Amino acid sequence: MTDATRNPVFDKYRRHLGLISMVVPVLAFFLIFHYVPMVGLVIAFKDYVMSDGVFGSAWAGLDNFARLFGSEDFPRAVGNTLTISILRLSVGFFFPVILALMLNEVRQMGYKRSIQTLTYLPHFFSWVILGGIFLMIFGGAGPVNAAVKLFGGKPITFLTNDAWFITILIATGIWQGAGWGAIIYLASLSGISPSLYEAATIDGANRWQQTLHITLPCLVPTMITLFILSLGGILTAGFDQIYNMYNFQVYDVADIVDTYVLRRMMALDLGLATAAGMFKGVVGLVLVVGANFFAKKISKGEQGVW
Amino acid sequence: MKLTTGEKLFNAANLFILAIVGLLCLYPFLYTLSISLSTATEASREGFHLYPKDVSLVSYRMVLSNPHIVTGYVNTLTRTIVGTILTLMMTCVAAYPLSRREMPHRSLITFIIVFTMLFNGGLVPGYLLIKKLGLINTVWSLILPILITAFNVIIVKNFFQSLPESIIESARIDGAGEWTILFKLYIPLSKPVLATVALWTAVAHWNAWFDALLYITDDKRQVLQTFLQRIVIESSTQMMELGITDTSVVQFTGETIKAATIIVTILPIICVYPFVQKYFVKGIMLGGVKG
Repeated sequence: MTDATRNPVFDKYRRHLGLISMVVPVLAFFLIFHYVPMVGLVIAFKDYVMSDGVFGSAWAGLDNFARLFGSEDFPRAVGNTLTISILRLSVGFFFPVILALMLNEVRQMGYKRSIQTLTYLPHFFSWVILGGIFLMIFGGAGPVNAAVKLFGGKPITFLTNDAWFITILIATGIWQGAGWGAIIYLASLSGISPSLYEAATIDGANRWQQTLHITLPCLVPTMITLFILSLGGILTAGFDQIYNMYNFQVYDVADIVDTYVLRRMMALDLGLATAAGMFKGVVGLVLVVGANFFAKKISKGEQGVW
Repeated sequence: MKLTTGEKLFNAANLFILAIVGLLCLYPFLYTLSISLSTATEASREGFHLYPKDVSLVSYRMVLSNPHIVTGYVNTLTRTIVGTILTLMMTCVAAYPLSRREMPHRSLITFIIVFTMLFNGGLVPGYLLIKKLGLINTVWSLILPILITAFNVIIVKNFFQSLPESIIESARIDGAGEWTILFKLYIPLSKPVLATVALWTAVAHWNAWFDALLYITDDKRQVLQTFLQRIVIESSTQMMELGITDTSVVQFTGETIKAATIIVTILPIICVYPFVQKYFVKGIMLGGVKG
């Protein structure tokens, strides 16, 4: 019989039994609720029949992916998702930065806090709630159309017109997320050493020059981190918001990968739905890892999320 | 410090624009509140509805006497309270060993957890798992999948790492085990970050709807957000699918009931928001963006 205490590897585990007893249930959780579903992705390569189960169903090779890209709806959904995401990234990305810079210039602390509190209020409500509110506000007899009429315009069908719908989607998305997004930038701003500004003032730099040459460069690392992370969601495009605001009249522009996956799943075409979901997940992973690699490369290891 | 005229002008413009931004954030909620308190005729009047001109509580009476709303409230409260307590405990249990340098295979375990932020099995395998586990139509289908999230673990782990190691040494001399150190020393010292995680989790549970849409088919177990969705969104979409975009032809009682349901759903968050909002923000500052 070998004495367990003499084996150095065994000994290491024995000394940390307390810590290990914490890690075991946690790892079990992640294995069951995250890694088992990853194994479940084999459904994408199967002709899945519910009664045969995941492993009993016949292999189908890449048939599901061929059907996916051969269909009319999926390429359209990918295109729509990319359009919406790129619009969000290009238009929406700078709103939190600008908001943070503006808040940073406010010297009246009470005022600053009140505005901040108001701007991140929308972050705390689901899109079921916000979608419901915006359907009323942009509806035929809502206040936005009242304003349009007030200025002599004709009522606009905001929610059923393709271009207007996308515009509203982006705008309300910014409305919901900018205040919360600004918090991270404000945190970075509070970390900037005041001595930098003092030195700049002595050198005769005005506030605009200080913002341009001190404040903004200090925000760049945070911006890069957030940009890399948001790339991972490029095929996500905000399912919660779209599902709660769209209708069949704007499917041509608003049907995204996630709504497509849900619809195929509801139609019990599980192989196809899994393949579509897997495509989205792999693209997101590749983009985040790639962008991180790229950011590290060009900054010689200084930037990047990890 | 003396301000130049340009700076004074800039400051005034800045404050003014920010005031408009603040009002824009508030207005949709004000509008909903105003509609919910209006009579049907007043609600159908075109305008901005900053406040209800013709007050009526009928829609609230109807919403509160709807058995679905009451059931939804109870179910949402249950998932929020049970879910938040369990998440807090398990997040601490996950974060503590990862915060300790002597933990064997620490970086591998951290990777296993963090990787779940970058990739997941997606909708169908997730659904089949919940089904296989027999959790459909139970509150556990709403609590377990989001019990521990990598993001929360990292935030709490970072905070634990900022605590002085000397407290572990002295506790160990007194013969305390790891579980005792975690629950008797670390958790009481980590109240600010735990308050943040608790609030994030509670809000996430209160607002969650998609999991309930997938996993709950029994109306007796359904959550508030799903009932709200049926009342608010489905009726609007149906109107549009019927080609009725001019909502004024539709019974406006519908609008006031929608608005009242929304207000009833967001009321708990609105009530606690002014008191707890500083904790929401604190976590971001404490945990940092970087893992």
